[in-house]
Amino acid sequence: MKLEVLGTGCPKCKKLTELTQEAATELGLSFEIVKVDQINDIMNYGVMITPALAIDGRVVVAGKIPSKEEIKKWLLENKAK
Amino acid sequence: MSECCNGGNKSLLYACSGCSDVGACSDKTVRKLSKDGFGKMTCLAGVGARISGFVESAKGADENITIDGCLVACARKTLECIGVKPKSFILTEMGLIKGKTAATEEVVKNMSNKIMAENKNTSSGNCAPGSDCCCG
Repeated sequence: MKLEVLGTGCPKCKKLTELTQEAATELGLSFEIVKVDQINDIMNYGVMITPALAIDGRVVVAGKIPSKEEIKKWLLENKAK
Repeated sequence: MSECCNGGNKSLLYACSGCSDVGACSDKTVRKLSKDGFGKMTCLAGVGARISGFVESAKGADENITIDGCLVACARKTLECIGVKPKSFILTEMGLIKGKTAATEEVVKNMSNKIMAENKNTSSGNCAPGSDCCCG
């Protein structure tokens, strides 16, 4: 599973990366986390506010830090597809 | 959009950009407001196409502001289709006449000023001019 954290490197982006890593690890998923920190790359997702998280190319949240439980829910939903 | 802003608000601006003259006015007005730091222009078409990044950005924004040319209110209704209730401005309700209003610099400036004045009391703050207000 490809997990992309979109943001230019602010503390909130780093926090989202940590939470995502923890959530995926706790679920025992096979995953890779990619940081997308170039503005043009972020804009190509249509993301206007960061931090944002994309799971296998689909943005699931933007502009806020979700809870770990929310991230787990999105990960499981994506896995079930 | 080179770096994150320091806790500024996240107002996203949408124009209907419709084919009529007032649609053109909405587009130019939003571009001016965005340039002046009132908020950040984003793509209504992206929301309409359900591009996940645009949809989630709208849901995550502190405030979404739609500027429609006329009462059909396509921009406002597009946001409502994804469950987001925007603050709505409709230019024909602010004095413009559909079919009789060229999108001149003067008209755009007038509409921009009215919108900024009306929104002044309710907005939580503005992005600095030229900033991109990316981080919340």
